[in-house]
Amino acid sequence: MNNIVKMAPGQSGVIKKRKKALSVSPLKTSQTVGGALAVLGVARAVPLMHGSQGCTAFAKVFFVRHFREPVPLQTTAMDQVSSVMGADDNIVEALKVICEKSAPALIGLVTTGLAETQGADIKRAVGEFRKQYPQFVGTAVTAVNTPDFSGSFESGFALTVKGILQTLVPEVDPEAPRAGLRHKQINVLCGANLSPTDLEFVAESIESFGLRPLLIPDLSGSLDGHLADEPFSPVTTGGVTVADIATAGESLATLAVGESLHSCAQWLEKHTAVPTHCFGHLMGLESVDQWFHTLSQLSGRPVPERWVRQRKQLQDAMLDTHFMLGLSRVAIASDPDMLTGFTRLLQGMGAEVVTAVVPTQGPALKTLHDVPVQVGDLEDLEMAAAASGAQLLLTNSHGAESAERLGIPLFRIGFPQYDVVGGFQRCWFGYRGTSQALFDLANLVLSQHHELEPYHSRYSQKHDAVPAGSYPGDVSSH
Amino acid sequence: MKAKDIAELMDEPACEHNKKEKSGCAKPKPGATDGGCAFDGAQIALLPIADVAHVVHGPIACAGSSWDNRGTRSSGPTLYRIGMTTDLTEQDVIMGRGEKRLFHSIKQAVEDYNPPAVFVYNTCVPALIGDDVDAVCKTAEARWGVPVIPVDAAGFYGTKNLGNRIAGDAMVKYVIGHREPEPLPESVQRPGIKVHDVNLIGEYNIAGEFWYVLPLLDELGIRVLCTLSGDARFHEVQTMHRAEVNMMVCSKAMLNVARKLQERFGTPWFEGSFYGITDTSQALRDFARCIGDDDLSQRTEALIEREEQRIRKALEPWRQRLDGKRVLLYTGGVKSWSVISALQDLGMKVVATGTKKSTEEDKARIRELMGDDVKMLDEGNPKALLTTVRDYQADILIAGGRNMYTALKARIPFLDINQEREFGYAGYDGMLELVRQLALTIESPVWQSVRRPAPWEATASQGDLLSVQEAGAGL
Repeated sequence: MNNIVKMAPGQSGVIKKRKKALSVSPLKTSQTVGGALAVLGVARAVPLMHGSQGCTAFAKVFFVRHFREPVPLQTTAMDQVSSVMGADDNIVEALKVICEKSAPALIGLVTTGLAETQGADIKRAVGEFRKQYPQFVGTAVTAVNTPDFSGSFESGFALTVKGILQTLVPEVDPEAPRAGLRHKQINVLCGANLSPTDLEFVAESIESFGLRPLLIPDLSGSLDGHLADEPFSPVTTGGVTVADIATAGESLATLAVGESLHSCAQWLEKHTAVPTHCFGHLMGLESVDQWFHTLSQLSGRPVPERWVRQRKQLQDAMLDTHFMLGLSRVAIASDPDMLTGFTRLLQGMGAEVVTAVVPTQGPALKTLHDVPVQVGDLEDLEMAAAASGAQLLLTNSHGAESAERLGIPLFRIGFPQYDVVGGFQRCWFGYRGTSQALFDLANLVLSQHHELEPYHSRYSQKHDAVPAGSYPGDVSSH
Repeated sequence: MKAKDIAELMDEPACEHNKKEKSGCAKPKPGATDGGCAFDGAQIALLPIADVAHVVHGPIACAGSSWDNRGTRSSGPTLYRIGMTTDLTEQDVIMGRGEKRLFHSIKQAVEDYNPPAVFVYNTCVPALIGDDVDAVCKTAEARWGVPVIPVDAAGFYGTKNLGNRIAGDAMVKYVIGHREPEPLPESVQRPGIKVHDVNLIGEYNIAGEFWYVLPLLDELGIRVLCTLSGDARFHEVQTMHRAEVNMMVCSKAMLNVARKLQERFGTPWFEGSFYGITDTSQALRDFARCIGDDDLSQRTEALIEREEQRIRKALEPWRQRLDGKRVLLYTGGVKSWSVISALQDLGMKVVATGTKKSTEEDKARIRELMGDDVKMLDEGNPKALLTTVRDYQADILIAGGRNMYTALKARIPFLDINQEREFGYAGYDGMLELVRQLALTIESPVWQSVRRPAPWEATASQGDLLSVQEAGAGL
């Protein structure tokens, strides 16, 4: 209780860099995996990792454990010879084989550290493929450089979204701009850490204003955990179609959700003249307010009553939970967008984010205040959480051990969540998603309620013969 | 219970309410009453006695909606946390099987849980149909060899306050004086320190807060024979008649116990509180004064000086955050002044206080503490509370849990001061928890968030304090 001192405003702003040689209990997920995930949000698509087969196998396990879904993922299977002598032929061959076998609408070629170190020219290889196999013109191919030695999950995802747009959205003639031709269509560029249910909220909220959402990419169609009619598919079974993405230049507006996608949205605006509106994660009263305000302005319609109702419910939830969350000390480790969303939410509730660890830098972090952010791993998280007296840990499933050693509860966010079911589709967005997050966080704090240690007077004549816990249904074990 | 007995309980010569038309035991007004009944009061007063089997004789509503709903803590047995009721059925009522069911219920409680005593709380329905609870208790006690104490507290007898007295009366009548205190073992004696025996009446160890105070009493050589009833044991209650002094803690509810112990055993008593630095110190001084041990007085002063210095230092950073904040305090009776002193210790300003249950003496003390311009609220309805918050620009409402949602719905910071709370505020160290909870809600950014209109309705003043009146009217 004594070490609760308010952090001086402006204490943060400087992000502590990684200074250890060894990364222990890594927090980072590779750019390549992020890139592959973006491809999975396009219908009838296959991500193709340019690297050794292990790169893809690990990524596949990562996704399958998190989503509990079969996930289509292919590899260029670089071997010893091609790693040394050049593996561009592997790309050409892999593209051909996939086209022959599955005729996907899109192949998303993402690179690994191996391929980039070798110096692969993926764009040239794709050109070579087109030259050699013109018959596969029906399959779009996006090639993106996503080496795992730079960036992380969110940046790989964002780079790939940009690559998909660059491939699929036609160049616009500045003399004849097409922006706004589809006057009800809204592009939404969705960040890596939006769950399928978050995306459903995004889509539903846009539809409720009479607008048509074009989610790029749309994991809610592909990885929402639905039981499909077809027992097996070598390509994604849902998501935004290639044809729809191609119309993004004719939309009324682009909404970018997640700071990591803002630069991508700006590129799209420059390329197509479709105006951009930028958002962080849509958690917390203010962020969601801003979202609906924008939709209301874009559509010229009032905010539908059901959202207004849910807004009031959130306000009530905020009041009910501020008693538990106020002054609570939280340690969080996640990708920059996700971490920033939760940090803003918690700070808005009067909680103190005493430790914040990110795997890499990200544009979202610039918007944070009064948070000691450091680039690091889960060991850094654990040590900093212990030093700062954190009462609650927010990170992915890998944090379970740390939480146990720290003796504080873990609230699972982000990728991967392999030790719970349904974690992948948890909705954080909107008034309702926020309310539920607040309730769950507050309940965790309640479960940790620190009882006063009983004091036994030296003079006491109590001499309790009956030890606690000896009655059926005895609840005194706290 | 006979009308004459109720009337006798109503007449509490030691209570200032006695002389006033508007007494704490006033008749409830149909259509405009909140607060519990006599059963509620009796159960709340005795439930903290931790090792007793508390059996509620009545249909389910009495125990069903009230068991395990108290913030009191035990350092040992937890039998009190287990709800027990005869759960009378329609057949029991029609066929007059209530007494039989009670008798077997007592047997079951004794056999399954082996308690040192069984308390039987009578409620409205059996009282109305005429179950002879006293007789059943007597028979059961003889049959099972365990004290079975009737607490005749049907709800319609009167208010919660009366219930407290009924409970106290039952203790005086059936329990206190039935055992001698244990001799002090040599091992706990310290050279040069004479140990004195005391009782605390009306201390409920909410959230374990008395454990902030008890170490100090230990240090001073004050043995607490019994706390009625926080963290108490049945056999401790039996020894209460041997105390050298009784302290009435923050409550007039069981004044009859202190008075009767004085009448029967000559034990002096004083009223005090452990809320706030000033009052905690005063209570410790009063023990020494009533006991009349000079050495104790000296050691007490030394301890007070040490503790006050320590706690004031620890509170300093919090004081700066809370200094000048305006409080509307709405609590029952004595707490209306005892908490004021705690808040003033923090530099906070109490702008209004509830006095619905306060006596003239309480009110005098309030004036003494706060001056004449303090607003005293006799009416505690939500609308009056909210209007006062607005008119007096209070930063926070401190009240019982029942008013929590009145405050929250009106977007006003709130602190729960009543028995359901999860945090202990007593003694010097309790102040640290109190400031934390005060700062937590007053400084919370959520108030701004919930008062701000949605961006698409920028002109509306939704949640503005100006609309408090309408909000209050709807509650």
